[in-house]
Amino acid sequence: MNIVVCMKQVPDTETKIRLKEGNGGIQTDGVKWIINPYCEFAVEEALRIRERNGGQGTVTLVCMGPDRAVESIRTALAMGVDKAIHLNDPLFEGSDNFGVAKILARAIQTIPHDIILCGKQAVDDDASQVPQILAEQLNIPHVMVVEKMEVDVANKKVTTSRRIEGGAKEVLEVPLPAVFGADKGMNEPRYASLPGIMKAKSKEVKKVTAADLGLKPEEIGVAAAKVKIQAYSLPPERQAGKKIEGGDPAQVAHELAKWLREEARVI
Amino acid sequence: MAGIWVYAEHKDGKLKSTAAQLLTGARTLAETLSEEVVAVLLGSGVEAMAAPLGPLGADKVLVADAQPLGQYLTEPYCHVLTTLMKERQPSIFLGPASSIGKDLFPRVAARLQTGLASDCTGIGLTENKDLKLKRPVYAGKAFIEVVISGRPAMASIRPNTLTPKPADSSKTALSEKISVSIPPEAFRVKLKEVVKGKSEKVDLTEASIIVSGGRAMQNSENYKILWDLASAFGEGATVGASRAAVDSSYASHDMQVGQTGKVVNPNLYIACGISGAIQHLAGMRTSKVIVAINKDPEAPIFQKADFGIVGDLFKLVPALIEEIKKIKAHD
Ligand SMILES: Cc1cc2nc3c(=O)[nH]c(=O)nc-3n(C[C@H](O)[C@H](O)[C@H](O)COP(=O)(O)OP(=O)(O)OC[C@H]3O[C@@H](n4cnc5c(N)ncnc54)[C@H](O)[C@@H]3O)c2cc1C
Ligand SMILES: Nc1ncnc2c1ncn2[C@@H]1O[C@H](COP(=O)(O)O)[C@@H](O)[C@H]1O
Repeated sequence: MNIVVCMKQVPDTETKIRLKEGNGGIQTDGVKWIINPYCEFAVEEALRIRERNGGQGTVTLVCMGPDRAVESIRTALAMGVDKAIHLNDPLFEGSDNFGVAKILARAIQTIPHDIILCGKQAVDDDASQVPQILAEQLNIPHVMVVEKMEVDVANKKVTTSRRIEGGAKEVLEVPLPAVFGADKGMNEPRYASLPGIMKAKSKEVKKVTAADLGLKPEEIGVAAAKVKIQAYSLPPERQAGKKIEGGDPAQVAHELAKWLREEARVI
Repeated sequence: MAGIWVYAEHKDGKLKSTAAQLLTGARTLAETLSEEVVAVLLGSGVEAMAAPLGPLGADKVLVADAQPLGQYLTEPYCHVLTTLMKERQPSIFLGPASSIGKDLFPRVAARLQTGLASDCTGIGLTENKDLKLKRPVYAGKAFIEVVISGRPAMASIRPNTLTPKPADSSKTALSEKISVSIPPEAFRVKLKEVVKGKSEKVDLTEASIIVSGGRAMQNSENYKILWDLASAFGEGATVGASRAAVDSSYASHDMQVGQTGKVVNPNLYIACGISGAIQHLAGMRTSKVIVAINKDPEAPIFQKADFGIVGDLFKLVPALIEEIKKIKAHD
């Protein structure tokens, strides 16, 4: 079983977002960068699938990102991933989801892949699009919001359950190769161990550029984006409203109910 | 007249509330673009749902009613939609950012090699009449405005973003039945089973009222009072939880609101015993009205609350249930 994990590096979820002057996106100085939390579930699942499978097969990480992404790639290698492809080229910058999926697809086509694990969503662009587009470009199935995977190695298929609405779940049988988008609750990602960190230093991180993939500048980046970002803004600050301290619960509840109906008009 | 298309989602034989919301949005665009509004209805035994789409704003309904579409599966649905779209070239296609919409729309956009903005909270047109959307990024800590100039321009819209106009019974839609033929390759993924959730309640992402409980709930039994409050509010209300509550097994995973849970957009969000961590706020900050009940007057949630009550939720929630029941009894 050859497993590919698509990992994106994103700002830590605690980050206070500030904007650059003139629509240049967010300020990145002082930002702590982490593995996208959903991608962390994907990394962990890949390692568990391989462990359950007697250590057979290779887990390859594929990450598109600038130089700083190397740090997160090393973290994944320290968790136990075998090797990594770092898609790093200024030409990649400004790609939309379609562009990113195209770049990932090209890279993945060059390596053996039975299972492609992604996060269900990157917590920076919150798009939840790349895995589906990637699957379409590779002409293979995808399953999103996956919470469980059982791999049948002999028959090259996966039985998986995915969350749908109202707490319900779907159990699906998926022939491989296929793309899976990991959800929270799939597993508890491990921490990198000290020996793991030592070992990671000697693992291969292959830097790959647009030219290596045979992609022309006009096919990727801002120029090729089908969805163009025009402006960034911050949400209007929510103002604290009325606040009641103390008092008889029945009286306070009465006041709230009245406010909900007459002023907020939400009930 | 290529048309502005809307994906009309339904469940258990009933149109979802997003259908009316999206049709209202499509109508507004249609006025500027002078195009017709077309609802697409996919499923098995769905024909009866076509008629109500006219009063909600559709000029025309395309009905793909076929037994193999009885259960949602990405690839058969994608095949039917993309075949239709290639044939008829809609200029815009809007769908709900629901479980199905989020799964399906990127695959459809990829097959048509067109642009899609997901989970949008604002929709409009540029001066050049291109589709313009606003969408939250960084868990709602920032917004981007994006423009899609290619055709069809696609967007999935977060439920409850658009306020639906009431149905106009004088309007009717022309209904057209589509013949469906799906190649066997589209069925490579097989649906084995659907495991029903514990609650048949409205999904968090679509709820209009959410009562949420945090670590303060102490155990799963105590959630009963939150369910009782939701029931008192009536249809469209449900119960959510913070991650601390989910991690302590007081509430189930699918109830988690926040950055690594669900992003919700109700008219009313009542946070009970939730401190207001940034990752929790990320999931509910776009709620129209936020009420917080917390013992700690310094809890950060109060800075975001339109109505804050400093006090014990175990006293306040039961009192609120009584008050809401009183109000509802008079309706
Ligand atoms: C990567 C990452 C992702 C995360 N994702 C999420 C997420 O998706 N969703 C999420 O919610 N969190 C998330 N978190 C966790 C988040 O940081 C907080 O830890 C969590 O939201 C705290 O939950 P809480 O408010 O219920 O608990 P606490 O912070 O412990 O707050 C409990 C509150 O209850 C109040 N209280 C106690 N007793 C009573 C009473 N009887 N009556 C009234 N008030 C009472 C207390 O004053 C306190 O304010 C994430 C964290 C990380 C690092
Ligand atoms: N730059 C990237 N490099 C590698 N994988 C990515 C990248 N962007 C997105 N992905 C994958 O696609 C998933 C969903 O991302 P998104 O569609 O942007 O929300 C992520 O969790 C990753 O698994």
